[in-house]
Amino acid sequence: MRKVYTKIESISGSVITVRAEGIKNGDLAVVTSAHGTSLANVIRLKHDLVSLQVFAGARGISTGDEVRFLGKPMQVSFSDNLLGRIFDGSGKPRDNGPVLEENMIDIGGPSVNPAMRIIPTNMIRTGIPMIDVFNSLVESQKLPIFSVSGEPYNQLLARIALQAEVDLIILGGIGLKYDDYLYFKETLEEGGAMSRTIFFVHTASDPTVEGLLVPDISLAVAEQFALAGKKVLVLLTDMTNFADAMKEIAITMEQVPSNRGYPGDLYSQLASRYEKAVDFKDAGSITVLAATTMPGDDVTHPIPDNTGYITEGQYYLKNGRIEPFGSLSRLKQQVNDKSRDDHRALMDGMIKLYASFNESQEKKSMGFRMSEWDKKLLTYGELFESKMMDLSVNIPLEQALDLGWEILSTCLEPDETGLRSELVKKYWPKEA
Amino acid sequence: MDKSTGKVIGITGNMVTVKFDGNIAMNEVGFILVGDQKLKSEVIRINGDTAEMQVFEMTQGVSVGDTVAFSKEMLSVTLGPGLLGQVYDGLQNPLPELAEQCGFFLQRGVYLNALDGEKKWDFTPTVKKGDTLRLADSLGTVPEGIFEHQIMVPFTMPEDEYQVISIAKKGSYTIHDEIAVVKNSKGREYKLTMIFEWPVKRPVKLYAERLKPVDPMVTKVRLIDTLLPVARGGTYCIPGPFGAGKTVLQQITSRHAEVDIVIIAACGERAGEVVETLIEFPELTDPKTGKSLMERTIIICNTSSMPVAAREASVYTAVSLAEYYRQMGLHVLLLADSTSRWAQAMREMSGRLEEIPGEEAFPAYLESVIASFYERAGLVQLHNGKLGSVTIGGTVSPAGGNFEEPVTQATLKVVGAFHGLSRERSDARKYPAIHPLESWSKYEGVIDKKKVTYVTDILFRGEEVNQMMKVVGEEGTSLEDYVIYLKSDFVDYAYLQQNSFDPVDGAVSIERQQYVFDQLFRVTVGEFTLDDKDEARQYFNQLRQLFLDWNGVSWDSDSFKDIEKSIQDKIEEKWNSSDPHAKSFSGK
Ligand SMILES: Nc1ncnc2c1ncn2[C@@H]1O[C@H](COP(=O)(O)OP(=O)(O)OP(=O)(O)O)[C@@H](O)[C@H]1O
Ligand SMILES: [Mg+2]
Repeated sequence: MRKVYTKIESISGSVITVRAEGIKNGDLAVVTSAHGTSLANVIRLKHDLVSLQVFAGARGISTGDEVRFLGKPMQVSFSDNLLGRIFDGSGKPRDNGPVLEENMIDIGGPSVNPAMRIIPTNMIRTGIPMIDVFNSLVESQKLPIFSVSGEPYNQLLARIALQAEVDLIILGGIGLKYDDYLYFKETLEEGGAMSRTIFFVHTASDPTVEGLLVPDISLAVAEQFALAGKKVLVLLTDMTNFADAMKEIAITMEQVPSNRGYPGDLYSQLASRYEKAVDFKDAGSITVLAATTMPGDDVTHPIPDNTGYITEGQYYLKNGRIEPFGSLSRLKQQVNDKSRDDHRALMDGMIKLYASFNESQEKKSMGFRMSEWDKKLLTYGELFESKMMDLSVNIPLEQALDLGWEILSTCLEPDETGLRSELVKKYWPKEA
Repeated sequence: MDKSTGKVIGITGNMVTVKFDGNIAMNEVGFILVGDQKLKSEVIRINGDTAEMQVFEMTQGVSVGDTVAFSKEMLSVTLGPGLLGQVYDGLQNPLPELAEQCGFFLQRGVYLNALDGEKKWDFTPTVKKGDTLRLADSLGTVPEGIFEHQIMVPFTMPEDEYQVISIAKKGSYTIHDEIAVVKNSKGREYKLTMIFEWPVKRPVKLYAERLKPVDPMVTKVRLIDTLLPVARGGTYCIPGPFGAGKTVLQQITSRHAEVDIVIIAACGERAGEVVETLIEFPELTDPKTGKSLMERTIIICNTSSMPVAAREASVYTAVSLAEYYRQMGLHVLLLADSTSRWAQAMREMSGRLEEIPGEEAFPAYLESVIASFYERAGLVQLHNGKLGSVTIGGTVSPAGGNFEEPVTQATLKVVGAFHGLSRERSDARKYPAIHPLESWSKYEGVIDKKKVTYVTDILFRGEEVNQMMKVVGEEGTSLEDYVIYLKSDFVDYAYLQQNSFDPVDGAVSIERQQYVFDQLFRVTVGEFTLDDKDEARQYFNQLRQLFLDWNGVSWDSDSFKDIEKSIQDKIEEKWNSSDPHAKSFSGK
């Protein structure tokens, strides 16, 4: 039997302190109040004063409430019984299924030895030209969707999840709107993917701090499946809520904020989650796609900014399209030399031209006369936007590359493309 | 003196507070005993009988009352033969060996020997009994890959001079075998092996003189070698927003830089990027030596999800290894990616120590710490007359991509070259995204400076015209100005841009750079007969196309000569005269 403490010394934000001995850093406790029970974990020790962060928040907790230490860190059950199940942010069933207590594993475990990783080589095809052609998604990649608020980022996540050839999908919802939760559930059910999906969903109406556990739980489970040889796709939505919950704790703990109120370790905290994406030597893989809504639509805000420094690129969702600027897949070069020999050149060439198109468009909007060259660029840009960028386009990579050449040849001369002559010779569409 | 012990009395994140008995030193290493694990930590503040320690491991499971065993030693690296080709974490643990022992995951509290104690090295003595030696003088050599590794008098010996009492015969020895006995002026004897420990935070200064870096360090990136050169023994930084190409630039430099040894310090960045290097390097041959690139490389890797405190250790470990090889008369390049992560680790620790925060919560000593790190670079003349150098190139990851932040600013004050990456250029896929006009270098390059200045001037004026055109439109711009703009755009596409992933264009020898630059220079000084803007644009498009094709073919191929001929014809086609101002140095 573990000792129960009934004298809470201080309560501030979602952090409480009690006096106790023999407690380990990171250990879990159960706090029982009139409003029910909540998990809490030890975040600071000073002599016998123990600070705990209470996942359900400290609202309504009284100084005489009960704190029971469990003598172990946070754990989650791992087995095939998880498949098709739906849990909340702390791992309790949200469907009506049984509580799982077999084979408990620690969450937030140590990182993979870099010497045991391999260079990823498999492209995940999505049928979206802005991804497949310009920023190929690669198995084991960690990649956020930077989204202006109100954009269909969850739809995009669900679409990629269904199209991707993976063994397992884990959805980690952090502050997920209930409607979006239902949307994921229905879409995956309709797509016949529910039986290979696990949900850990913290919704917008749940206590904020509880969302903090979701990435760790989702990734710990993903890691076990990956070690067992499975290709796992983890969807996290929305990591901005995760970072905000961290900020809340940091402020309560009176940490000196580094940037717009966010703690100085935001980078390390996010990195320790995203770095779980991995391609294991002789085992499976974890690919992480994470929605990150940009507060104030500003990419330089600390959350997207720190995220961008951690992840292997990002898809920038704006006006219902994946923007060519700002979007990046850093792993694309691992796969786009094996697809077709024009892939790389076309990818860079078309974006360079699109950048020139933007300049011409700017000139046009300022009322300047359009030169012949400007006019060509304007036609190019319009075709590019409607035939390539539109999210409704759903075609295989090879077809998208052909389409690229078609667009170029419709409005430009070969030496205006900036593409090398040998490629032009090979792929320039012959006059019909 | 006895080693001290202590007890943990507080834990916040990766910092523990310890109450200790006896004496301990600042920066002394101690181990927290948690169950059967020992967690390496370093003393970072002492106050009365309590000390604050940063823990180089996760602190999960540590509790108040845990014992701390102090070591009486500073944080150190092991120096000796066998460092080359290794992949270490920030504390010099060999990662492949760790993987053999612990499997997929990094298990905390496991510390392995940095060097193989069983391997035999062929030792050839270079001194004899009775010789007088200074610190760092060579006792003999062992072959390490392509180098003659000098076995030196340990840098840490207390006095300046020693006399050789005995020296091992030519033969095969392990790093632990005794290879010499020396005595100091008072007759005290010291047994020496091939290895010794060096405290990482102390610079090695055992040379005759520090010299001004003058010789260029060729990187095979045109934009750098031609416009923004780096000197051997110099320092440079690459600040840039995320995804702008810092790491790719360092990766390409680590492959092609003309130095003897490259040390890569992956500090708080992605593990995947290190994996690329450590898997690809053993397969790649160094054109200079014909051996695998790994034989001249050491990787120190403390990636973003590895314990934060070890990030600081990793850059110091790296620079200590660099200084060690410099002491053998070798040229070493240290690439650190990213120095901002190290600065952030300092910030985290400073916050936990509740120090008064400076700008953006970085500690007030940030600037001096950065300065003294870069100060460890340098070209030196050793006591034996040989030259050796450490060149340091660090990336900086400024918050929001804004260079007006403490780490970038502190770095810019001390480095010799600044390669600033621009978001606009990387968005437009103009790689390398180094901003050619905002960046600078204080070093001399290989290509005739006057010509380079002329071309840079075209770039400046072209940019001015471009800005002006945004206000007055193309129609309000004179043909003359428009041609300047076209020339600058041409230089950008045909010369500055260089796709690192292109098998031919990714790395360009200095001979080829000089050769191509001469042709390019002709275009920039040319005054051409062009009637209107459309004709001008078409003409420069054609020139650009020829140069792009030229860049894509190999240096010694027939196509290279064919395209060169077409370029010359194309230049002649509209040639009128050359800019009279450029005549004095254009050689035409
Ligand atoms: N010289 C180059 N040639 C071709 N592509 C490049 C070049 N530099 C960068 N890129 C492209 O940009 C991507 C991002 O580059 P990189 O990873 O070097 O950025 P970074 O500045 O290190 O970013 P971070 O600060 O987030 O680490 C690369 O994966 C590659 O696709
Ligand atoms: Mg990088």
